[in-house]
Formats: sequence, structure tokens, C-alpha cells
Amino acid sequence: MRNLKTLLAALLIAPALALASEGVHLDRAPDVSGDKAALQNGAKLFVNYCLSCHGASALRYNRLLDLGLTEQQVIDNLMFTTDRIGDQMTVALRPADAKKWFGVVPPDLSIIARARASADGSGADWLYTYLRSFYRDETRPTGWNNVIFPNVGMPHILFELQGEQVLKTEKSQHDGKEVEEHKLALTPNTGSLSAEEYDKQVADLVGFLVWMSDPEAGFRKQLGVGVLLFLAVLFVFAYALKKEFWKDVH
Amino acid sequence: MASNSNYEKFKSNGSLVQNVLEWVDARFPLTSLWKAHLSEYYAPKNFNFWYYFGSLALLVLVMQVVTGIFLAMNYKPDASLNAVGVPVAFASLNYITHDVSWGWLIRNMHSTGASAFFIVVYLHMFRGMLYGSYRKPRELIWIFGVLIFLCLMAEAFMGYLLPWGQMSLWGAQVIVNLFSAIPLVGDPLSIWIRGDFVVGDATLNRFFAFHVVAVPLVLIGLVAAHVLALHEVGSNNPDGIEIKKVVDEKGIPLDGIPFHPYYTVKDIVGVTVFLALFSFVVFFWPEGGGYFLEYNNFFQADPMKTPPHIAPVWYFTPFYSMLRAMVWNFFWLPAKFWGVVAMGGGVVILAFLPWLDRSPVRSIRYRGPIYKTLLAIFVFTFLVLGFLGTKVPGYYFFGYTPATNPDGSVIFNPLNYLLSGDLIAQVFTVYYFAFFITMPWWSRVDSYKTEPERVTWK
Ligand code: HEC
Ligand code: HEM
Repeated sequence: MRNLKTLLAALLIAPALALASEGVHLDRAPDVSGDKAALQNGAKLFVNYCLSCHGASALRYNRLLDLGLTEQQVIDNLMFTTDRIGDQMTVALRPADAKKWFGVVPPDLSIIARARASADGSGADWLYTYLRSFYRDETRPTGWNNVIFPNVGMPHILFELQGEQVLKTEKSQHDGKEVEEHKLALTPNTGSLSAEEYDKQVADLVGFLVWMSDPEAGFRKQLGVGVLLFLAVLFVFAYALKKEFWKDVH
Repeated sequence: MASNSNYEKFKSNGSLVQNVLEWVDARFPLTSLWKAHLSEYYAPKNFNFWYYFGSLALLVLVMQVVTGIFLAMNYKPDASLNAVGVPVAFASLNYITHDVSWGWLIRNMHSTGASAFFIVVYLHMFRGMLYGSYRKPRELIWIFGVLIFLCLMAEAFMGYLLPWGQMSLWGAQVIVNLFSAIPLVGDPLSIWIRGDFVVGDATLNRFFAFHVVAVPLVLIGLVAAHVLALHEVGSNNPDGIEIKKVVDEKGIPLDGIPFHPYYTVKDIVGVTVFLALFSFVVFFWPEGGGYFLEYNNFFQADPMKTPPHIAPVWYFTPFYSMLRAMVWNFFWLPAKFWGVVAMGGGVVILAFLPWLDRSPVRSIRYRGPIYKTLLAIFVFTFLVLGFLGTKVPGYYFFGYTPATNPDGSVIFNPLNYLLSGDLIAQVFTVYYFAFFITMPWWSRVDSYKTEPERVTWK
């Protein structure tokens, strides 16, 4: 029975995704990779709002020190489920319970930013759009739906911050044909943040998700510059050596 | 190869190092090997750009073996879910990239190495077609090469299962299922390959064993045979003429230079350029735009969730296109079976090239317009087949969509055919095979220029 449901769901979602992959419009996520304060804020949002359902099991709490936090800060502000700083960032939620409550197990988000990249945009763009595209849908068990993840199993967790959006369908005439356009509209005074403030928070959170998917990326690029410079110098010597040896070949 | 009896053994001048060398040389053909394969292996002096790729393939082979060993120290071939619901194999790769010192570098090098291997080997094979390197007496070098190519495909295919992401699982599922199209033995065969009715833990474990031990051993053996065969007959060159025809009084080809030091220093230049390109990808662009590491494969494998679009990695896509191009049931056998025949045949037909080519000259430099034209079209069709293999069936070029009537029926428009990826893949698949099958005829009737006596610098 459960298998059948998943299969049906997959069959329903598959064409939607196939269509979706043909050029979904994604908003460009601001790049906060160099901004430690933003990443720290992202870490705080992640721990407060997401870690109750989603694990980040590839990451250990002490990795957060790379974001410029001290060990005490991490212990005091970011660790709720464990007291060992070397532990992985996992959820207390048991996969079986999650399945019961949401119908799906909330996936581990360790490398979600790499997984969600596509021809339409980077993983960051997808996440940034996703977290700003929830809307009210009373037909869904959670009461929420999402424009770029139709029939998503996740409720709008950041609802208090953003407020409530509804999906408005506007019909208009275009070249004699009727065109339907879907637009998200924010119900005023339902969230604690303004639209700009909310976007900034989401940008920080997405920045953290991107950092977490590849915490060595910054160092990797620095090292890369060094390696390429070294190879450039090596090339000069290698080329000179070759020229020297080949002088007498005619 | 030089025998170890009738050559001059190393004589020490009395220093310690030289004494050791003399001692070894009296017991092992060290000097003989060194001379036969390096310092007195005479290679044509006119090697060009296309001749870098053999030594680069060797470099990548070594790199894959070494990085692979380090990956295997932390990788776990286990499809079961860990306490937080992540497959152990998938989690072990995250462990490598996030926790193991330099693990990210090793992983990036190995995944980039796989694509680099195919780029290098495709260019290396194309060189063979440019200069007729497969022609007599180098047929065996070429055949060992085709076997290497087959091994390489097997190695890449099985390695791709190991991260146990969505594309790993579903790609393997699609490909192994193909075997079930073979009449009579198909079903038991595919179950035998998987060790299960679906791709699962048993499959992961055996693919791991093949990927890290069995296939690399065969690959290394074949590469040794490939190079030994080459050194037995000597290298071809961009002019496609035998340098051994013109020799000095000692029997040394006038157009030959010792591999060492001339080509060792030259290859170092090639290696530096290659490493720079390679490092660029490893450090700045590890996913290669989703072609070297498919984005979808960063989702953990889920047997309950079929991905909307299952595409193989780019290096398989030309042959994958040929597979999909077969949509007709012939002789009561299903289209899928003919797809497998086309895909396998596309590789195997390469092995016959030495006997299909009847041109009086080897190198493209002295061939006529027919070969040049047909080869150019061949390259173009192969690239387009590769491109189409990454697209979903029903793809149209340039974002075209056939217009439909209100009742859903398609309105006729020649563009429906001209821009259809499916149709173009079929036509190009036919071209691919026709190129080889008709080669004995057109390669003979093509005009040609007389080859020079001695090699030229171009
Ligand atoms: C109440 C539990 C819950 C919380 C809290 C939660 N999520 Fe989710 N999330 C889910 C579930 C369930 C899904 C699976 C949706 C599906 O597959 O239909 C999901 C899916 C996702 C996905 C899509 C994964 C994919 O398959 O691509 C992302 C991204 C995501 N969540 C991010 C977040 C972020 C960021 C937060 C914190 C702001 C968060 N979630 C908080 C339950 C939760
Ligand atoms: C692991 C993969 C391979 C390695 C390590 C390898 C290695 C080499 C090396 C070192 C050479 C001599 C240098 C050169 O001519 O570039 C060579 C020559 C050659 N290789 Fe390969 N090779 C590989 C795969 C292949 C494949 C797949 C083919 C063709 C199907 C092939 C066909 C040839 C031919 C025909 C030559 C002789 C070239 C000439 O003399 O012009 N090789 N190979």
C-alpha cells in the first residue's frame, strides 16, 4: 500500500519535475560566501528552524569554528541535542516517526546545495527561491504548498518571519490567446519581517547551506590559485628544458 | 624486446652506486629494459600535439590508482541506511569530503580523473584515425587499445555506482536491465549480474570488488601489452610513413630520436599543461557544470523514487544515443535488444578498423577529399550523438516545440523532423555504422598524394 502511494506520487510528480526542469525561473541568491557574520546568522537560523527535522550529518559542530565562532559560542548558542562538540549535526527525530508525520522523511541537508544545482541555476538559487515560495494551500495536509516544489511535504517553517503568501492566478489576453499567470502575493502584516528583511535572512541561511555542502570550498580555491601559479612557473622551466634538448633535432 | 643475454651489461667505475647497479644488472635486465624502452627506443622526431595523449593516459591511470587507494581507505560499500537514514556508502563519501584530511582533494581528483581519462583517451583514439596508426603492423596495438577502452567503460560504469546517489542507482538499474533484453538468457543473466532482483547491496559490493581490484588489474595488464606491442613495431607518426625504412649504418632510423631524453622532456611540457587544466577543474569547477559530477547524484539513492531524467555521464552518451536510437522490433526481437547490439557494436566495430581501411596511405595529410569529408562528418555526428545522449527523449533543437491542433494532434511542419533529437540520433547512428561498413569501398576509391620518403615538419 505504502509502495503504491509512493509510486503514484512519483508518477504525478515526475511529469511536473520534467516540465519544471525545462527552464523554471529561479531568483538569484546573493553571494554571502565571504561574509562570516552572515554565515553565522545562517548557522543560527539553521539550528533554530531546520535542525529539528533535517540533519546535517556530514557536519560536526566543531566545524562551525571555521565560521569564526568560539567553542563556547557554539556550545551555548547552537548545540541543543548533544553536549559533545565533535558530534555530527543530526536530528533527534527518528526517521520512522518523521515518515508517520510528514509522509516522507525530511532529507539530510548536508549537501543539498550541491544536489539542487541544475541548468536553471545554482543550488543556492534553487534554495533561495524555494524558501521564499511557500504559499497557503488548504488542500495540503500541512496547509502549505510551494511553487517550485509542488505538493511539498514540508510546512512553511519560516512563516512567522515571512508571513503568509497566497497564489493568485491572473488571466490575461495575449495575441488572442488566454494566458494564465501565477503570482505569489503576501498578505500584509502576517509576518514579523519586511520582505527585504526576510530575503536577507533567507540569503544568510542559504549561504550557510552552501558553505555546509562544501566547507573546504574557500580553502580549495585559495590553494587552487597557488597550484596554478606553481604550474605556470613549472611550465616555463619545462619549456626551456625541452627547447634546450631539442636544439640539435632538425 | 631486447634479450638479456647479448648486450653489454653495466660496468661499475667503482663507486658505491655504480657497484649496486652492476650487481643488479647481473641479475635483472635493468640496462636492457632501460635501453629498449627509453634511451634506445627510437621514436619519430615529428610527433605533434596529438602524441601527448598516450603518456597523459598513463599519467591519469596512475593517478586514478593512487587516489583510488586513498578513497578505499575510508569508503564503505554498504547500501543499508545508518541511524539517521543516510545510506552508509553515501555517508562515507560525505565523511571523505568533510572529515578526512585532504579527502575533498582526493575525491575531486578521482572524479575529475574519470572524465579526464575519457577526454584523453578519445583524443588518443582520434589521433589513431587521423594518422592511420591502426594500420599494419600496428593492428594489435589498436586492438589492445579497444580492449582498454572497453575495460575503461566497465571501470567507470561500476565506479559510478559506488557513491550510491540517485544517478548511481538508477543509471545502473537502466544499464543492467538492458541485459535482460538478450533472448533466453537475458533475465537470469541480469539477475546474476546484480546478485539480486534489483540493484542493491549485493550489486554494490560486487561492483566495488570489480572496480577496485578486478578491472584495474586487467586494465594495467592491457596497458602493458599495448606499450610492449608499440615498442615491438615502433611508433607511427603524423606522416604515416615507416621511419625504419631509412636507417644509418648502425640500423638506427635517420628520422628517429631516442625517447629518453627527447620525448621525456617534451612530455613534461604536455604534462604541465594538462595538470593546469586538470587542477582548474579540481579546484574551481569540480562538478564540471554537472557533466563530471551529476548534480542529481548528490541526492542519496532512493529505490522508491525514480528520478525524472536518468542520464549517463557524458563519456557514455554517444553510445547511449545509439542505444536509444533503436526503436524497431526486428526479427521478433525487441527494440531494446537491438539497442544493446548497437551500443556494444559501436565500440566493437572500432576493432575492425585496421581491415576496413584500404587506403594506400595512412595519414590524413596524404589522403583525398572523401576521407577528409567523411571523417569531419563522423566527428560532428559523434559529438551530436553525445550531446543528445544527455537529453530526454523527445528533445528538439533550439527550444523548438511542434505546434498542435486543439485536439492535440500535431500540425505537420518539416521542422518537426529536422529539429527532432530522436530522429537526428537515428540518422547519425546509421551514419556512424555506415562510415565503418562502407569504408573498404570509399577508402580505396579516394584519391591520395604520394607520401614523402622522410618525415616532414608541419
Ligand atoms: C517540521 C519539519 C521540518 C522542518 C522544521 C524543516 N523541514 Fe525542510 N522538509 C521537511 C520535509 C518533510 C521535507 C520533504 C518534502 C518532500 O519531499 O515532499 C522537507 C524538504 C526540504 C527541502 C527539499 C529537499 C529536497 O528533496 O530537495 C529543503 C531544501 C528543506 N526542506 C529545507 C529546510 C530548511 C532550510 C529548513 C529550516 C528553515 C527546513 N527545511 C525545516 C520538513 C521540515
Ligand atoms: C589506459 C589507456 C591507454 C594508455 C595508458 C595508452 C598508452 C599509450 C602510449 C603511452 C602510447 C605511445 C605514445 C603515443 O603514441 O601517444 C600509445 C600509442 C597508441 N595507442 Fe594507446 N593507450 C591507451 C588507450 C588506447 C586506446 C583506447 C586506443 C584505441 C582504441 C589506443 C591506440 C593506440 C595506438 C594505435 C597507438 C600507436 C600510435 C602511433 O604509433 O601513432 N590506445 N598508447
